[in-house]
Amino acid sequence: MTPARNTLPAMQARLRALLPAISLVAVLVPILVMQPAVMSYFGSSLLLNLAVPIVLATLAQLAIITVNDLDLSIGSFVSLVACIGATLLVKTPWLGALALAGCVLAYAAVGALIELRQIPSIVVTLGLSFVWSGLAIVLLPSPGGTSPGWLGTAMSYQTPFIAAPIVWSVIIAIVGHLLLMRSSAGVRIRGAGGNPRAMRRFGWSLVRSKATLYGIAGVFGVLSGLSLLGLTTSADANLALRYTLLSIAAVILGGGEFIGGRVSVIGAVLGAITLTLAASFLAFLNISADWQVGMQGAILIVVLSLRVLLQRGERQ
Amino acid sequence: MGATSSSAERGALIRLEGIGKTFGRVRALADVDFTFMRGECVGIAGHNGAGKSTLMAVLAGVYAPTQGSIEVDGRAAPHYDANAARDAGVRCVFQELSLCANLTVAENMTIVHPHLRGRGWRRKATALMRDKLEEIFPGNGLKGSELVSDLTLTQKQMVEIARGFTVTDAPVRLVILDEPTSSLDAHTADQLLAFVRRAAESGIACLLITHMLGEIERVADRVMVMRDGGIVGVLPREQSSRASIIQAMGQHLEAERTPAAARALEARSDAHAFRWHVGAKKHTSIEASRGEIVGFAGLAGQGQTEALLSIYDAATSHRAGRVKVAFVAGDRGRDGVFPVWSIAQNLDVRWLLGGAKRRRGLVDLAAARDVVEGWRAKIGIRGASMNAGILSLSGGNQQKVLFARALASDADLILMDDPTRGVDVGTKRDIYRLVHDEAAKGRTFIWYTTENEELSHCDRTYVFRSAAVTRVLNADECTEEALLAASFEEHAA
Repeated sequence: MTPARNTLPAMQARLRALLPAISLVAVLVPILVMQPAVMSYFGSSLLLNLAVPIVLATLAQLAIITVNDLDLSIGSFVSLVACIGATLLVKTPWLGALALAGCVLAYAAVGALIELRQIPSIVVTLGLSFVWSGLAIVLLPSPGGTSPGWLGTAMSYQTPFIAAPIVWSVIIAIVGHLLLMRSSAGVRIRGAGGNPRAMRRFGWSLVRSKATLYGIAGVFGVLSGLSLLGLTTSADANLALRYTLLSIAAVILGGGEFIGGRVSVIGAVLGAITLTLAASFLAFLNISADWQVGMQGAILIVVLSLRVLLQRGERQ
Repeated sequence: MGATSSSAERGALIRLEGIGKTFGRVRALADVDFTFMRGECVGIAGHNGAGKSTLMAVLAGVYAPTQGSIEVDGRAAPHYDANAARDAGVRCVFQELSLCANLTVAENMTIVHPHLRGRGWRRKATALMRDKLEEIFPGNGLKGSELVSDLTLTQKQMVEIARGFTVTDAPVRLVILDEPTSSLDAHTADQLLAFVRRAAESGIACLLITHMLGEIERVADRVMVMRDGGIVGVLPREQSSRASIIQAMGQHLEAERTPAAARALEARSDAHAFRWHVGAKKHTSIEASRGEIVGFAGLAGQGQTEALLSIYDAATSHRAGRVKVAFVAGDRGRDGVFPVWSIAQNLDVRWLLGGAKRRRGLVDLAAARDVVEGWRAKIGIRGASMNAGILSLSGGNQQKVLFARALASDADLILMDDPTRGVDVGTKRDIYRLVHDEAAKGRTFIWYTTENEELSHCDRTYVFRSAAVTRVLNADECTEEALLAASFEEHAA
């Protein structure tokens, strides 16, 4: 009934899938025109320096958006992880590792709780964000601490030919894509976001899928915090607060939707990189960094408007 | 067809003994005893809310029964849940589709088949699904890589049905089909019924729950008739005629049919009050006069809904030709009910838009209550409080509320998008009566239906094919043969 033809709607659907890549190019090209040096190994490594923790935080958020929830605590969670890394992990490594494992388990438990008690995730994670922030301040009352030596080495590792942040991002995108989008377990977990009732009917535990996804979010949150610490070499309880909204924006920019379990790992990674670049874009234009957030918002509005337009085109 | 071979030689597959199920204080099932045999096709008939869907959910292991026991192959199955049902070979095709819209057709296979995993699972799933689709619905044109949300309702239902029959590790022995043809057109429904017969002959038992009694008549070896949560009769094939099923359901055959032709003549005197141009290049023109019931017919998904929507757009635009219009949605869950609102709020929402008088700029609550109470009596919803959530009503009653929503407004034109999909005979009759009464008061109805019998209520019928009208049939010409001929016509007139 719907043979694949090169019709306008089909083309618009493809265009919509490509939107994250197109928006990245749209931000990248002006930067390249203004500063061709960006293309070089060091240029790109400098420009995308902070992309890795943002990409990881975005994937944590994506895991949660997959089951139609929203995590408002990821920013403070990443800060807490950085604080643990800068204090416990340096002084007593085994205790630090234990604390980080505990964080992941706490995340999974929260996911199970949200499903069991049917509480809105926004309320729970908003509350949790204060808990994480509080713990971070207890651990590290004033900015400071040091990153463990191995972490700094890992983050400043020089990959051959292509700058490390790009390599990391690509690896993360591919691994995430294979796990969540291609594997049968990942498909089932996404099914829980698409039609939870059907999943329950066929005997799948929604508690388990939610706990798994929240646990995955915790793992990505921990990785994000550690990679951030490796880059900054010291921590602060407010280090990554803006990651909360940034990660949501990146997921949505990458083609994800708040409900219905429609997400794209590769899109989200591209979205995170786009938003990272948007900040540098202003620097090249000699515009004050105060406009950074506004710029990111503008990109979001433009891309989402385009998406709506394309969607409408598909329907007609 | 071997349909009448004795059930003794086949052996019992699943035995239900004294099954009862209560939700809170509502008794959905009471004391159900039944034995499903291997390779038989059981038709299940009953009103909406008779307990059919609950019984099937128990059989599929979705609900644990509050009383009674289930036996599989003669052995008691004390912990009968979804996984136990799957191991016993029970598959269920649910009325509200249970596909994940964010996954592709092939990916949806993993939900019912836990063993689809490891390397190459995607290829295996695609092959299984395509083979089954081809077997049941030849010429469907689905590839397996489409996102379910991009499919039409008919295609979704085809996928859902085909998925129910696919086999990986556990053999399929009993497939429950809950209103499987409600979104299929005549052609695909035919393919499905033929397949059900073939499946039964190859040893797969099928349970067909449907309001289309003609389908039960055609394929069922036995007919289980349910009422008020219990089985009121089991009819063998020889007695499973439409009339005897309806008799067992405790309803009368539709005897009185309004002589639509006679009314049409008087209505036609005032020329056509409405005229719209719909379809691809606005080539198709639809006309209607006041007080007329106009039918849209044809196979499912031939542009009828789109035509209704463009009429709605024209009627609500700010140009000439603006009419007060109300829409009765066919896909209740998606376009009809506000799931978290109460029955009363669902009913009076269109009235608030047009018809309600405001008191100092605010909603007149007393008047709203009167409207709701008035319509509650007219549509005959008993038992439930109007402040209860809309989802506490059965599907048929929800549909009645949607009707009341449209009729309680000041609309002169009512558009109906296959409104009796999956609704029982009794509710349908109530709805027909309402439509006739309101048409007599001068309201115009445009009624898209997939059930050809309903077109006998229409003064004029437009038959659609490929988003264009192939024939316009007046009430006296509107016979089954004429409709079928027009539905399958290849070139639009």
